[in-house]
Amino acid sequence: MMPPLVRLSALSAWNRRTALGLTVLAVGLSVMLLLGVERLREQVRGGFEQSVSGADLIVGARGSPLQLMLYSVFRIGEATHNIEWSSVEALTAHPAVAWTIPISLGDSHRGYPVLATNHAYFAHFRYGDRRSLALTGGRAFDGVFEAVLGAEVADALGYRLGDRIALAHGSGESGLADHADKPFTVIGILGRTGTPVDNTVHIGLAAMEAIHLDWQGGAPIPGMQIPVEYVKKFDLRPKTVTAVIVGLKSRAAVFSVQRWINDFRAEPLMAVLPGVALAQLWQVIGHGEKALLAVSALVVGVGLAGLVAVVLAGLDQRRRELAILRAVGARPRDILALLTFEGLGLTVIGALLGFVLLTVLSLVAAPLVQARFGLSLMTGLPSAHEVFLLAGVIITGFIASLLPGWRAYRVSLADGLTPKT
Amino acid sequence: MAASVVSLAGLRFDWGDTPCLDIAAFELAQNEQVFLYGPSGSGKSTLLNLLAGVLVPCAGDLVVLGTALPPLAGAARDRFRADHLGLIFQQFNLIPYLSVLDNVLLPCRFSARRRERAGDLRQTASRLLAHLDLDESLWPRRADGLSVGQQQRVAAARALIGAPELIIADEPTSSLDTDRQDAFLDLLTRECAANGAALVFVSHDRRLAARFPRTLALPDINRAGAAP
Repeated sequence: MMPPLVRLSALSAWNRRTALGLTVLAVGLSVMLLLGVERLREQVRGGFEQSVSGADLIVGARGSPLQLMLYSVFRIGEATHNIEWSSVEALTAHPAVAWTIPISLGDSHRGYPVLATNHAYFAHFRYGDRRSLALTGGRAFDGVFEAVLGAEVADALGYRLGDRIALAHGSGESGLADHADKPFTVIGILGRTGTPVDNTVHIGLAAMEAIHLDWQGGAPIPGMQIPVEYVKKFDLRPKTVTAVIVGLKSRAAVFSVQRWINDFRAEPLMAVLPGVALAQLWQVIGHGEKALLAVSALVVGVGLAGLVAVVLAGLDQRRRELAILRAVGARPRDILALLTFEGLGLTVIGALLGFVLLTVLSLVAAPLVQARFGLSLMTGLPSAHEVFLLAGVIITGFIASLLPGWRAYRVSLADGLTPKT
Repeated sequence: MAASVVSLAGLRFDWGDTPCLDIAAFELAQNEQVFLYGPSGSGKSTLLNLLAGVLVPCAGDLVVLGTALPPLAGAARDRFRADHLGLIFQQFNLIPYLSVLDNVLLPCRFSARRRERAGDLRQTASRLLAHLDLDESLWPRRADGLSVGQQQRVAAARALIGAPELIIADEPTSSLDTDRQDAFLDLLTRECAANGAALVFVSHDRRLAARFPRTLALPDINRAGAAP
């Protein structure tokens, strides 16, 4: 059975359910925001950290290490310079290098980035806990105009094996399929990875060369169109690539190889350690994350302040009720407990409501967020950090509830059996 | 002579520098029912708060049921009130969101002694409510759904449950019409007698004095004269 004071507190709160319900909703929404920001932060970080594993170095044209990491692994932004194929060959031939995955970016298909690579990608690329890519259907590309789709591309656009797709030059903002004259056949579909791979259309490096045979300087050459059947007559070996993901025979060689690349004479190259670049990334966005979390915490603070204000505002109208309770034997500390239970109970309900709202919102928004940002929104039980945040909200609510509790204590001491109102 | 339920001697209480109560002596015997008359501002509420142990006198003796209240700590006085006193007010006597039955049982939630003395709580509450002519169909109803007369009877049942030795009624009939006043007074005095409780009935309405065996005018015994 519920202890009498808790039951009284619950019945009293239920009696004022409209006003209190609205404040609980405000607390719930603020908690939803706080948990949502935290969850998004964790998932973005988790997503980034899961996106590449097992790679020792990422090599690109000299510039910003962070930018290289962003465009080569996360498909964010664009490369300003490419690297020569001869440099890739030299890198692959380095005695400390176990494998290289050349990648070429720049085109897109209906908003999804196109990545040109070779078979090393399917053999050596790792994500998450060193998991390799797996095809759920079809096979890796062999022919020139064959494409392997990431899981999200296939799901979102409803593509199946054998479907034909046309690529767009650049990010495809024009909405035109600029390479429509050279369509690709979907030959394979990858399993879901929860990384940018899911949102990527993969083609061969030769295919990337092929669709740009009649292009120059980022635009079609006027009056020139090379039909698909003649493409194979051209030398389709890549001339440049955007970046190279490098695996070493031994991690111990990472700094010497990095130095060798950074000092590469044929062209200015840069090699970055993915972990170091990610740490740089967290440093850059860490302040923003903290600011966002602080704003969310402030919103929760405002919600709790609103709750305390409503309980305090109702106190004057409840002085008779408190006096009656005193008359029947309630001690001032019982009155303090009564009001504190109320605030605590409302905060707990608000916190739980916030979690439920977040879960519902995550379920509803999951497909959109997955398609738009490539993030899989997590649902289910709260993580340890979320439990910590919820506990923080509840403890803050409890401390805040002591204010109306203390005020009621003082009022009931002053009023005795006869309220002054 | 029956033992005193209330014994006051040289009792003085001041609100700051303003004297409020100064009573040389007052005794209330077991089972005695006294009508305490006093106009507004005569110190009635202060006296009731002193008897209930909410306020502590500035000087003098205040003994209730053989216990001197002033030396007791606040929590002990609260416990004493819960165990031994039943209080009825002028109006707004009940917790509006509780049912009739829950209101009656409220003192038993705060006092183990009254809980024990009441025995089977539901049965005792039912007996009291039935004695006070409250139909069983009203018992589960919210208190604020009752008429004023019905509310006062529920308040009387609440004051009497667990057989407290002293009932203090503060103007309980002032919001009732004459017929209902009479009926309520009959019920209250009868139930106090049946439960062996002494009754201090406070009112500014002198006409009610005739219904009590003993009448006391507060201005006559309060040497301080005025109160806030």
